[in-house]
Amino acid sequence: MRRLMGVLRTPLGLTATVLSLGVLVLAVVAPILWTDDAEAVDTSNILAPPSSEHWAGTDNLGRDILYRTLVATRLSVELALAATLIAVTVGLLLGTAAFVLGRRPGRLVGAGINIAVAFPGILLALFFAVIFGVGATGAVLAIGLAGAPAFGRLTQTLVASVAARDYVAAASVAGVGRLRSLFRHVLPNISEPLVVNATISAGGALLAFAGLSFLGLGVQQPQYDWGRLLFDGISSLYVNPWAALAPGIAVIIAGLAFNLFGESVAKAFGVGVVGGIPELPSVAAHLDDVAPVEDAGHAPEDVVLDVRDLRVTFPGPNGPIRPVRGVSFAVRRGEAIGVVGESGSGKSLTALAISRLVDDSGRVEADRLELLGSDLRAADTKAQRQLLGTSLAMVFQDPMTSFNPTQRMGGQLAESARHHQGLSRKDALARAVDRLRAVRISDPETRAHQYPHEFSGGMRQRAMIGMGLMGSPALIVADEPTTALDVTVQQQVLDLLADIRAADDVALLLISHDVSVVGEVCDRVLVMYAGRIVEDLPAAGLESAARHPYTRALVAAVPDMATDIDQPLAVIPGRPVDPSDVPAGCAYAARCPLASARCRAEDPPLVTEPDGSRVACWHAGEPIAIEIRDRELDHELEEVEAS
Amino acid sequence: MSELRFEDVTVRYGHYTAVDQVSLTVPAGQIVGLVGESGSGKSTLARAAVGLVPLDAGRILLDGEPVPTRGRRRPLQMVFQDPYSSLDPRMTIGESISEAMAPGGSRAERRAEVGRLLELVHLDPARAGARPSELSGGQRQRVALARALGGRPSVVVADEITSALDVSIQGAVLNLVRELQRELGLSMLFISHNLAVVRYVATHVAVMHQGRIVEQGPTAQVLAEPDHDYTRALLAAVPGKRSL
Amino acid sequence: MSLASSVAPAPRVGVLSHPWVRFGVRRLGRLLVSLWVLVTASFLMIHLIPGDAVRAALGPTAPPELVASTRADMGLDDPLLVQYLHYLQNLLHGDLGTSLISRLPVSDIIAQRLPATLELAVLGFLLAVAIAVPVGVTMGVLTRRGHGRRTELAFTTTSVVVGIIPDFLVAVGLVYVFGVSLGWLPVAGNDTASAYVMPVVALAIGPAAILARILRVEMVAVLGADFVRTARAKRIPNRSVYLRHALPNALTATLTLGGLILSALVAGTVLVENVFAWPGLGSTIVSSILNKDYQVVQAIVIVYGVGVLVINTLVDVALALLDPRSMIKEG
Ligand SMILES: Nc1ncnc2c1ncn2[C@@H]1O[C@H](COP(=O)(O)OP(=O)(O)O)[C@@H](O)[C@H]1O
Ligand code: SF4
Ligand SMILES: [Mg+2]
Repeated sequence: MRRLMGVLRTPLGLTATVLSLGVLVLAVVAPILWTDDAEAVDTSNILAPPSSEHWAGTDNLGRDILYRTLVATRLSVELALAATLIAVTVGLLLGTAAFVLGRRPGRLVGAGINIAVAFPGILLALFFAVIFGVGATGAVLAIGLAGAPAFGRLTQTLVASVAARDYVAAASVAGVGRLRSLFRHVLPNISEPLVVNATISAGGALLAFAGLSFLGLGVQQPQYDWGRLLFDGISSLYVNPWAALAPGIAVIIAGLAFNLFGESVAKAFGVGVVGGIPELPSVAAHLDDVAPVEDAGHAPEDVVLDVRDLRVTFPGPNGPIRPVRGVSFAVRRGEAIGVVGESGSGKSLTALAISRLVDDSGRVEADRLELLGSDLRAADTKAQRQLLGTSLAMVFQDPMTSFNPTQRMGGQLAESARHHQGLSRKDALARAVDRLRAVRISDPETRAHQYPHEFSGGMRQRAMIGMGLMGSPALIVADEPTTALDVTVQQQVLDLLADIRAADDVALLLISHDVSVVGEVCDRVLVMYAGRIVEDLPAAGLESAARHPYTRALVAAVPDMATDIDQPLAVIPGRPVDPSDVPAGCAYAARCPLASARCRAEDPPLVTEPDGSRVACWHAGEPIAIEIRDRELDHELEEVEAS
Repeated sequence: MSELRFEDVTVRYGHYTAVDQVSLTVPAGQIVGLVGESGSGKSTLARAAVGLVPLDAGRILLDGEPVPTRGRRRPLQMVFQDPYSSLDPRMTIGESISEAMAPGGSRAERRAEVGRLLELVHLDPARAGARPSELSGGQRQRVALARALGGRPSVVVADEITSALDVSIQGAVLNLVRELQRELGLSMLFISHNLAVVRYVATHVAVMHQGRIVEQGPTAQVLAEPDHDYTRALLAAVPGKRSL
Repeated sequence: MSLASSVAPAPRVGVLSHPWVRFGVRRLGRLLVSLWVLVTASFLMIHLIPGDAVRAALGPTAPPELVASTRADMGLDDPLLVQYLHYLQNLLHGDLGTSLISRLPVSDIIAQRLPATLELAVLGFLLAVAIAVPVGVTMGVLTRRGHGRRTELAFTTTSVVVGIIPDFLVAVGLVYVFGVSLGWLPVAGNDTASAYVMPVVALAIGPAAILARILRVEMVAVLGADFVRTARAKRIPNRSVYLRHALPNALTATLTLGGLILSALVAGTVLVENVFAWPGLGSTIVSSILNKDYQVVQAIVIVYGVGVLVINTLVDVALALLDPRSMIKEG
């Protein structure tokens, strides 16, 4: 309901709603009020142009065009609704047949729909008009049946998408029959698009009817709908054009009204809040009181990437959202740094910000952001693109979607070499083949001519790494490079990254939610929580030397091959912080067993320890009592989770 | 307590054999872990067990009888991987759970039973009126468990039920699985691609590769002395096992 | 594990294993089935008409002997199956029967009328695509995520409105403005080049608006895709990102729906021809329906149907060329 109200809040939605209601009201009252006026014959005044007496002039029997147009509303709307009813009913039967009947008969119905849909509605309508004969009834049947395949196809697609969901499978496992499941689970979940599309079809049927009547195949005299009036009026276009224009305009208004009403509702349901996200205002003051970050002086020579107080801000419906709230770290030549944290903690955004790939809507700020000594905050120049294109390699999480499906692999790799190194097509391709070989893809010549879908997941991820090696990268940023891969394949990709790093002294920034992956590959680990680094420690110390309660919980919550199977696993209660609602004080306080009053009031700064590690916690390293969790506590935690 | 037995089960999609003559027993009151990479046929085997895909050969027996896949009594229940798609967004969680319960009983009795089931998975019975969108992923997965238990099953098939969850929530769901198994004496087929997770919950483990079970046995034994090359490859690939 | 991902294509050997061959075979199969459905439906059309089609065509005053002899000539007294086989046989020889009214061979009527319709349809098709592609791509880039909300609203509203107005009403409006009021363009026939302007525009404008709208949406979606981020990460110029990476993918998505819209455009000639007294098949089919000249109607339905099927096939081939994955999907 609230979303329906949203329809009324857009100018377009409001107009469409008012118009649709107006047409419906007119359909009811016009024949009651004006039938006599519309049918009064005045042979002394035929085909008169508009006058104060007849606003739209008269027809060839001297009847008032405007009244006739108004009165015709009812028949036009009635016929359109009747046709829509037929289309929707038949379409629903066809579209749900596959679900109810099961695979084989369903596939047959589907094939039938596919063939029927290929033929445009007007053609089908003509076909049926021949069978059912010229006239209003024939036309209703013709337009109804002609609309059925399209509606059937829509229903079929929607049903198939819901039927593939696990809750339908779960209902089937629970013993719920197909027909019952159709009415309980499938139809309710597709009712919105169905209703919306039925409304749009009603508009379409109205227009189609006008078309048939206009051809003389629909409503016959003495009945008249808009199309019939148009058909009669078109012959007198030179004498009284309004005889054709008035019903024409009526058809357009009514057709548009239904259509736009449907479209507005669709938009309101699909997009959610209507009105849109406001432009990004200058960042509100409270966002700027970032926790103090100590200045580590100037970067030493071998630093590849230097990041100080990196912040990323997006416009949100209730003010700016800052998912990355001041991240500082440096990566030295050949160093491998891991970034861990729950999903939503800002890992990926940090990576995108470093590589200048954050969406245009986001704003990236930093006190320092340097790659190989050049400032990445500066304007987007050719030199900078050259630097980023050759010295920084990106590896993304999902190798399935990260390649262009319409281009051959070799070409996709060669592209950057052609652009940045000025190689010819042939040389660039040769280098691409060489790089594919370097990432251990067998038969790279053949592979370079294949499309991404012909590669397996692991091969694609290796090709993605190969793409980064087209230049001479000093830093590889890999965002969850193994998450979408099988375990055995994961290992190959990690090995490859490690080998490249060792061979060419390339630095690696490896993002993962999996502590054990990071612990295996990296020298140092940055632990992120709610857009901040909360701990920075040597990877070797993850198990034993972690001091932040979040790091310790993260390590303990994941079972590994040495976990004591007689003990319950540690759990982190509650849920991660929503970046649009970051609490005051320590962001982790709501979930932290060590939280004290100070934690809730004051945000702990990231402090560098004498050994070079960093931690942001008022109670870093304090012992955590093993909790004996019981039902009571669980319920309490539910409340926290639910709130 | 019941025993679930797969006997020479084969499932094909068109020409492709997804499950190839699999024989596997889930002993009464035990958790059997099923590991293997994606596409190896784990989910197909699970879906075949609950009647979601037809068998091309073989039998699936529950205490020696064919598993009923028609009618309302379903002693074999399943929990799905993605808690975001396994609950009907239009239904309250109470309705979803109630749908899986045997028909009959008064309204109050059914409500009490829903409350009991929610309690069993450590959710507040007062939240029966909530819709899935109001719950976190971990909570949804617990509702899905409660729904499976609503059918009073003797065997539960759990298909990758933690892999869509964040690591911080995964632990809580695993704890719950072990606890339910212990308290209700359930038999369970626990599917996962994560060996460490399987090691933690399962007493027995079966390794699936290209549609076949290549190795099975007590978890400790299979992990300590793997027989098959593929099992060894899987073990070697577990992160954290070696350092570079 | 999703079930789909576990279903690998069955191994095949020989020439049949080449994806293009398999695509061609499957696509041809579907074309043939569709053709058969079309031909059978048009055959049945005459038999589904309640009452005696010949009597209806010749009128209530025609002598019974004439009706009887015409029925016999048309073979309408044979068993249905015999008629059907006969019908198929004649079709294969290009014999479409004889008009009940004018007594001319139907194939002659078609041959005479087809070129005008073909011209109209092809020009309309080209104009629609020529408008839709640049407009859709430009709007897609201008309104990509986080950009041009006002532009988006204005464009969407305009294109929805323009897309909904049916071609024959556009035609009537054009005739009124440019023919009747301004007198700039001829309102009927196809004798001069200027006579083509209004019919072609009337035919193309709606489909162009809808296509442009779909293309914009697809463009916006594609610009947010992972592989566009990969392309941006290569730091190639934005123009290459839009035209080389985004456009082909947006086009494939658009074509799937676009085929339906373009075949609707072809069918739209029926109405537009009637507004402009265009000497094509569209005006002929309507007058034949009104005259109950069923043999002619039957033949024109087949011609239009074949046109639509050809367009669908061409669209699928274009899809396969643009996106090799579409070949393995259901052809
Ligand atoms: N383009 C965007 N617009 C608005 N918010 C975004 C955008 N990209 C990411 N976010 C938000 O930023 C937060 C951090 O996201 P991300 O960096 O992807 O986390 P992680 O990689 O650690 O899972 C999330 O809450 C996400 O919703
Ligand atoms: S500062 Fe306090 S609340 Fe935050 S992590 Fe440390 S102990 Fe926990
Ligand atoms: Mg991420």
